[in-house]
Amino acid sequence: MSIVLIVIAAAVVLVLLWVAGAYNGLVRLRNQLENAWAQIDVQLKRRHDLIPNLVETVKGYAKHESGTLEKVIQARNMAIAAKTVGERAEAENVLSGTLKSLFALAESYPNLKADQNFLRLQEELTSTENKVSFSRQFCNDSVLGYNTGIEVFPKNIIASMFNFGRRDFFEVKAETEREAPKVSF
Amino acid sequence: MWEQIQANRRRSAVLISMMAVILVLLGYVAGEALAPGGGGVLGLGVALIVFLVRLAIYFGAAESVLLNGAHAREIQRDDSPQLFNVVEEMKIAAGLPFMPRIYLIDDPAPNAFAIGNKPEKSVVAVTTGLLHRLNRDELQGVIAHEIGHVRNRDVQFMTLAAIMLGSIVLLAEIALRTMRFGGRSRTRSDSRGSGQAQLILLVVALLFAILGPIMAQLLYFACSRKREFLADASGAQFTRYPEGLASALEKISAAHEPLSFASKATAGMFIVNPLACAAGTDDSSSIFSTHPSTTERVRILRSMTGASLADYDAAYRRAKGAGVIGSTSLRDTSSQTIRAASAAGPIESRADAQSAARRAFGYLTVHCNCGLDISVPEGYEQDTIRCIRCGSTLPIPTASDAGPKDVPLTYRRTSEGWESLRCACGRTIQISPAFAAPFIRCNSCGRQITVEA
Repeated sequence: MSIVLIVIAAAVVLVLLWVAGAYNGLVRLRNQLENAWAQIDVQLKRRHDLIPNLVETVKGYAKHESGTLEKVIQARNMAIAAKTVGERAEAENVLSGTLKSLFALAESYPNLKADQNFLRLQEELTSTENKVSFSRQFCNDSVLGYNTGIEVFPKNIIASMFNFGRRDFFEVKAETEREAPKVSF
Repeated sequence: MWEQIQANRRRSAVLISMMAVILVLLGYVAGEALAPGGGGVLGLGVALIVFLVRLAIYFGAAESVLLNGAHAREIQRDDSPQLFNVVEEMKIAAGLPFMPRIYLIDDPAPNAFAIGNKPEKSVVAVTTGLLHRLNRDELQGVIAHEIGHVRNRDVQFMTLAAIMLGSIVLLAEIALRTMRFGGRSRTRSDSRGSGQAQLILLVVALLFAILGPIMAQLLYFACSRKREFLADASGAQFTRYPEGLASALEKISAAHEPLSFASKATAGMFIVNPLACAAGTDDSSSIFSTHPSTTERVRILRSMTGASLADYDAAYRRAKGAGVIGSTSLRDTSSQTIRAASAAGPIESRADAQSAARRAFGYLTVHCNCGLDISVPEGYEQDTIRCIRCGSTLPIPTASDAGPKDVPLTYRRTSEGWESLRCACGRTIQISPAFAAPFIRCNSCGRQITVEA
């Protein structure tokens, strides 16, 4: 009789331990995910901060290109003003496109291309763009891990008990971003 | 992501315990063979002490020994923005919660390593030769491989395994030596009855002392090679561009300059074994190699059809017949598409590397008419230096110090490129090709130096 009780008690303790472990695992995955999202915001903010400097530098060498510069500033302001996630993704994509045409334009100004400040800003913006896409990449890897985590058999019970919902992937229109920049002179 | 780390931890635990078993058995059997009845426990004690002492000495010191030996200097964002950015990008791609410190080593041989006794205090070190040769994509591949080591906790684990290996080798040495002397003294006093059992035990102990270190080495090297493959896989996964790492590996192994500070003990730390590189034997890999053959690593990376861990595993399976990444780590990864190559070329990187090295190391460069550029280290006090090639005596460029302290110093530029000069206070000042101002201020004494074009 007492042996049966001990066995039952041990089983209950084991199950509780497993539940705690599984719960902590899911929380860790969720935090990792939210952190990855926050990273994207940090990088986009940094890009917005760099753009006025870039525009000022380019202005000094390429006065006749005010149209392109105007577009970059407009796209930046749109991106800052965007409210919903969809709007924002859209505006950021437009901004990426205008920046690309700005850098393509720099090719025809040798003096601008030799400017240390410009080179520095170009490297910073290229890297910021990379960081955004690496954050997105990590974010999507995390979403994949998290969604699998809450769906596989024993853990899905824990997930539904503590309200761990599915997360969406950070969708990007890869095609528009990869497209070669349209330069109009 | 976490699956990968956990799978690695399990495998590490298995390897470490196998090595621990070798260490313990060796200690016990050798002790028992030398002093039957009680000697075994003593042997165990010796084994434990040897291990703990080595752990205490090496675990904290490995980092500073390697970095000091290499004359590595920590650099900040301003010293080499591009290198800094690439490390930051890979830190984000790997989801590391901390930013590794970056060290630059002034050495023409291209190579890189990661080190650090705690993951949060990891160091990624690269040579200036690496920065000169690689373009942005390739540099990203190398850094991703190193960040892969950091993320997979390879650095701490391989240090621990190396300490364990060293202890086993040392203990076997002690056992063999004591057996030579101890064995001789006992033949005189031993009675014949117990001699028989004693002899068998002695033979077993001898076998252990000879085979133990070899087995431990094989285990260590097999594990080291596997970790290199795993770091390659992580590198491809983080960058989504296996070609970058593949082409970087080719460039590194094609360079035959010897890395001045690499030794047998540290060769395992680097991305490509620097000793094999210099000897030109990098294509072959045996069971006693710390690294897989570079040709094979490149072939696997190039045959990847996607960029995820699962894609690497498939490519590895095609080349070697069996997978390399545990099934638990592959459970929730699907194939990922490879990204396009970036446009950033090597030119930026070269100028960047040069200015970073100049700032970090504070060398003063003297150009000799025979064509040699002589690097004068910081703190060299004489006013002239002999050219090591043609033997002519060259003056060290110094800002002229004719008047009292408040009179501005002057320096006349001799070329359009990088120039260095010594301030009257002894501090080395670098003038970049882009420098256009009429004067420069010394950072240590504050004197103003007029620069004449």
